[in-house]
Amino acid sequence: MSELTLTVMRLGFLAVLWLFVIVAVQVIRSDLFGTRVTQRGAARRGGEPRTQRQSAPPQQQRRQEGGRGGNRQRRGAPTKLVVSEGTLAGTTVALQGQTISLGRAHDSTIVLDDDYASSRHARIYPDRDGQWIVEDLGSTNGTYLDRTRLTTATPIPLGAPIRIGKTVIELRK
Amino acid sequence: MSSITTTTTIGTFAAPSRRNTELALLVFAVLIPVFAYVNVGLAKDGSVPAGALGYTVGLGLLAGVTHVIVRKWAPYADPLMLPVAMLLNGMGLVFIWRLDQEPSLGKAMAPNQLLWSTLGVALFIGLLIFLKDHRVLQRYTYISMIVALVLLIAPVFFPGVNGAKIWITIPGLGSLQPGEFAKIVIAIFFAGYLMVKRDALALASRRFLGLYLPRGRDLGPILVIWAMSLMILVFETDLGTSLLFFGLFVVMLYVATERTSWIVFGLLLSAGGAVAVAGFESHVQVRVHNWLNPLELVNGGVTETAQAMYSFGSGGLLGSGLGQGYSRLIQGIAPKSDYILATVGEEVGLAGLMGILLLYGLLIERGIRTALAARDPFGKLLAVGLTGAFALQVFVVAGGVTGLIPLTGMTMPFLAQGGSSVIANWALVGILLRISDTARRPAPTPAPSTDADMTQVVRP
Repeated sequence: MSELTLTVMRLGFLAVLWLFVIVAVQVIRSDLFGTRVTQRGAARRGGEPRTQRQSAPPQQQRRQEGGRGGNRQRRGAPTKLVVSEGTLAGTTVALQGQTISLGRAHDSTIVLDDDYASSRHARIYPDRDGQWIVEDLGSTNGTYLDRTRLTTATPIPLGAPIRIGKTVIELRK
Repeated sequence: MSSITTTTTIGTFAAPSRRNTELALLVFAVLIPVFAYVNVGLAKDGSVPAGALGYTVGLGLLAGVTHVIVRKWAPYADPLMLPVAMLLNGMGLVFIWRLDQEPSLGKAMAPNQLLWSTLGVALFIGLLIFLKDHRVLQRYTYISMIVALVLLIAPVFFPGVNGAKIWITIPGLGSLQPGEFAKIVIAIFFAGYLMVKRDALALASRRFLGLYLPRGRDLGPILVIWAMSLMILVFETDLGTSLLFFGLFVVMLYVATERTSWIVFGLLLSAGGAVAVAGFESHVQVRVHNWLNPLELVNGGVTETAQAMYSFGSGGLLGSGLGQGYSRLIQGIAPKSDYILATVGEEVGLAGLMGILLLYGLLIERGIRTALAARDPFGKLLAVGLTGAFALQVFVVAGGVTGLIPLTGMTMPFLAQGGSSVIANWALVGILLRISDTARRPAPTPAPSTDADMTQVVRP
């Protein structure tokens, strides 16, 4: 075989090997930059002054259960669940019609690292009309909507604080 | 209210299943070894090797079947692990076949290796089909411990090969390297054990000189594991397994407890143990001596360490070209298994060797990423453990061949010749893919009707 062919093949092999590595790294990029940071509110109402800041700085919580945001919700319906106090403060979960379970159990949607929470503490789900409902699942220390302890499944008003142990969550648009 | 506030939402994109990316990479991963294979043939004989078509079809079939299985049984699994493993395995086959072309290096190993690779892929497929959830493995925590102990101790009763007793020889069938399987089983045990015990290990400690010192009774397990790895070193004279076993435990302990003190303890214990054993074990002494004095003449020739360095030097930056190196000059004991990296370094050069090492790095990165994404602590620990074992093995072999650390008898995963190694590593990748499938799977959508009814279905 001629020298030239072999040299070309030698360099060609290195090229394709590195091409594979580079393509693989490109695939990884989508995982590295897979979190989406959306500035809400500001874009829609550019002229309005920002009177309030979010109570806690958003933490880089890599949560699997997030989604692309519920764009198909009706108007006035909450689109996300925000943890406003507690160790998970800043976490948001997009509401897409799925049941959100809260508790210390590892398969909960929001895993609470809180001594006052039960392993399956509460769940939040939409009823048939798309109204979001919070229900206590027989927890030891109770779930509080505003100041009242929940006894039955209760609809959640927009922005009302739901307290579980040290964690406070609320639904927002 | 929230309509005025500026909220920053940080959420992940619902991870796409990425099976098509995997397919594209798999095609790539089949074509590169085929290209290398043809290249070797052209360089050695001046013609395309006769088996080229069969090899392409075989490797392509293997890749195709695994892809279909992953698509069906692990649709959300990581897209990179399978192609990278397939590429490394394919390259390993090419390099072994290339070394088979040198009559001075013993009988042909490539056909056997192809058989073992097929068995490994079959085990991989079996794992994906029958292991529906990796948490099932948690039930076998203590059974895994016993199995691992048996696997680690068994080789003592069989004759050693080249000074290391790491094989179980079955007359008429061949030999098996149980340490390769032990690393998977032991990772299962450590993950199950540490998941239960990690709070006690992490929290019950006193602070001293900026380090958290664990209580005496919590030190128990690490001392037991340390003693066991020393026993392996003494009775089986196997540096690699001993290092892998102890290193894996320290890595998993650190990940489970987040206490730096465990790493300090681990390093101190392993250094102390290694020095103590090297004091009286001649096999270890020889290895260390060869590492420190590679150019010393032994039986009229230089040591294997020096031979490996010569081949790296001969390859240079871009390598001598596939099939155009001087691997036939390697007089060592294991050019196709332990020292295969020397041939890689010579024929594809520094550039190619770095590419191959990056592929290992990618596989390890994906494993750690899987651990980060996993939602259950057992899955996290198991993914870290399996990846850690894999990474340690790569480090021990690559470090040994390049002269960074004394050489230990281990095989480069996927690349080196060795049936047990390739089968065990396919199983390892299979379990990792299963964990990553669970980790990347989007949360299931609930059945909408039952929750709204007056009577509810209570699901366990």
